[in-house]
Amino acid sequence: MAKSLEFERPLLELYDKIEQLKGLSNGNDNLADEITQIEKRAEKMRKEIYSNLTPNQIIQIARHPNRPDSLSLARLICDNFFTLHGDRVYRDDPSIIGGIGFVKKSRVMLIGHQKGHGTKENIYRNFGMPHPEGYRKALRLMKLAEKFGIPIITLIDTPGAFPGIEAEQRGQAEAIARNLKEMSDISVPIISFVIGEGGSGGALAIGVSNKMYMLEYSVYSVISPEGCASILFRDAKKADIASLNLKITAKDVLKLGVIDEIIKEPLGGAHNSWKKVASTIKRQITKDLNEFNVQSEQEIKDQRYNKFRQMGRFTS
Amino acid sequence: MSILDWFANKKNLDKKKSIKNIDKLNIPGNLWVKCPKCSEVLFSKDLELSYKVCSKCSFHFRITPEERIDYLLDNNSFVELDKDIKPVDFLKFEDTEPYEDRLIKAQEKSKYLDAIIIGTAKINGIPVNIGIMNFFFMGGSMGSVVGEKITRIIENGIETKNPVIIFTSSGGARMQEGILSLMQMAKTSAAISKLSSLKIPYITVLCDPTTGGTSASFAMLGDIQIAEPGALISFAGPRVIEQTIKQKIPSGFQRSEFLLDHGMIDNVVHRKDLKKTLKNIISILQAQEENK
Repeated sequence: MAKSLEFERPLLELYDKIEQLKGLSNGNDNLADEITQIEKRAEKMRKEIYSNLTPNQIIQIARHPNRPDSLSLARLICDNFFTLHGDRVYRDDPSIIGGIGFVKKSRVMLIGHQKGHGTKENIYRNFGMPHPEGYRKALRLMKLAEKFGIPIITLIDTPGAFPGIEAEQRGQAEAIARNLKEMSDISVPIISFVIGEGGSGGALAIGVSNKMYMLEYSVYSVISPEGCASILFRDAKKADIASLNLKITAKDVLKLGVIDEIIKEPLGGAHNSWKKVASTIKRQITKDLNEFNVQSEQEIKDQRYNKFRQMGRFTS
Repeated sequence: MSILDWFANKKNLDKKKSIKNIDKLNIPGNLWVKCPKCSEVLFSKDLELSYKVCSKCSFHFRITPEERIDYLLDNNSFVELDKDIKPVDFLKFEDTEPYEDRLIKAQEKSKYLDAIIIGTAKINGIPVNIGIMNFFFMGGSMGSVVGEKITRIIENGIETKNPVIIFTSSGGARMQEGILSLMQMAKTSAAISKLSSLKIPYITVLCDPTTGGTSASFAMLGDIQIAEPGALISFAGPRVIEQTIKQKIPSGFQRSEFLLDHGMIDNVVHRKDLKKTLKNIISILQAQEENK
């Protein structure tokens, strides 16, 4: 267990001890009793820790290096998943993946932000921060899906769209804006899951959907807490206060009416069992696609439009 | 005292000196204004008569919605819509001060309830729907009210078939309204999609600055996109980019002319020519072909 989170440390120490004891016991019955007791205690501790997480701790889980990535989930969720590449204009952006496959008997187009595990892969994936061509690829694939009547699944996991010179030159703002506009009018259902970090416009650019879900320990925010802290609090170290104020956890975002439901994660977070996460997502997709099956194209478009139309709070 | 302290002190002294100079120039009242770009000292009355553009270097000063109405629209043609929509502090957001207090201050200072006004008006006799953002209200940031009013002026355009023109000037999404600010990007863009499918012209005029969530939604979705000279237009601001890539960014980067070079906007138009340009564009887009 190399990659541990600060608040998980006491728990992991306990598990270490259990392992040590197991090694020592060699089938000794006296020790076996003790081991089960400690195991029970560890389980209890895990539950306690995970039922009282602060937004700041949830962000750490959302950014956990072992958190399941889009491509791995796609392969677990879909049968016969075949990846599709490139925006047909400039290049293939490794920060966004896409492809077609089956979920049970339904065809799907799955698109997602792609982070890496480990430094080398993360550099290749640009830490999941797309350039304009990534969003243009995503849009190309969505249009392709629409043409063949294939429902669209998007997996959201990005710190945000990449802030860089070339990204600006090639029209980062335009690429995101165009996706928002075009997605609002796509005639096939779109189902989105925030699986890790939902970072601002870069996340929304593949998130204008009919149904929107967040994994239990994912976050969705208008700006990263660090960014907010350095702008509003004039101190990047105040990210934890910013994260409290911004209301970015799944529970908060649900309360604000932006998502439909929270997808439960295995105890201890999604990084403990990718398979379980994938099968929960798969179940949700199947359920939703059955609902959409009986809806007309116009109904699907209208539902999406009306959902976003009523977002916002003001008085008059 | 280290050498760094010495530099810092000197910098502060210089600052103080230059502030003093400006103060002197401003006496009496606000008769004189110094151009922030070329430092030319301009007579306030002249500046107002020249569309708040520096007569020496063409620097375009940021202007208020009233000034824009005055420069651009036919006299007394502007009828404000949805004037009474007010922002609320639904997150109880508090940074260095509570959002609620910030709103009250901004409202008192600007005499507006939020960072945009919308309405119907005429440009050389042509009826149009107009939205004008106000950078002087919390940096023109987009929260629920801005998103709602933009959506409404577009929906009104769908009903009346009037072309919709939006003047953007905004730092992006309003952080104090959290995720719902982000959702305004989707809401406004979806409305534009509807307008677009009905072939009603949608024109954006990008003014200094247009960045973040504003540029990444309704600002960049115009059928025709015009910018005022020298406006900062970007997704990520220069400071954020410098911090990320740890490099100095080239001069002129993310200014209107840079965007024109990179194919992101249709044209850069001087403020004094905006009215006739808009009139021309709309009359061409809306002209009925005779021999059809």
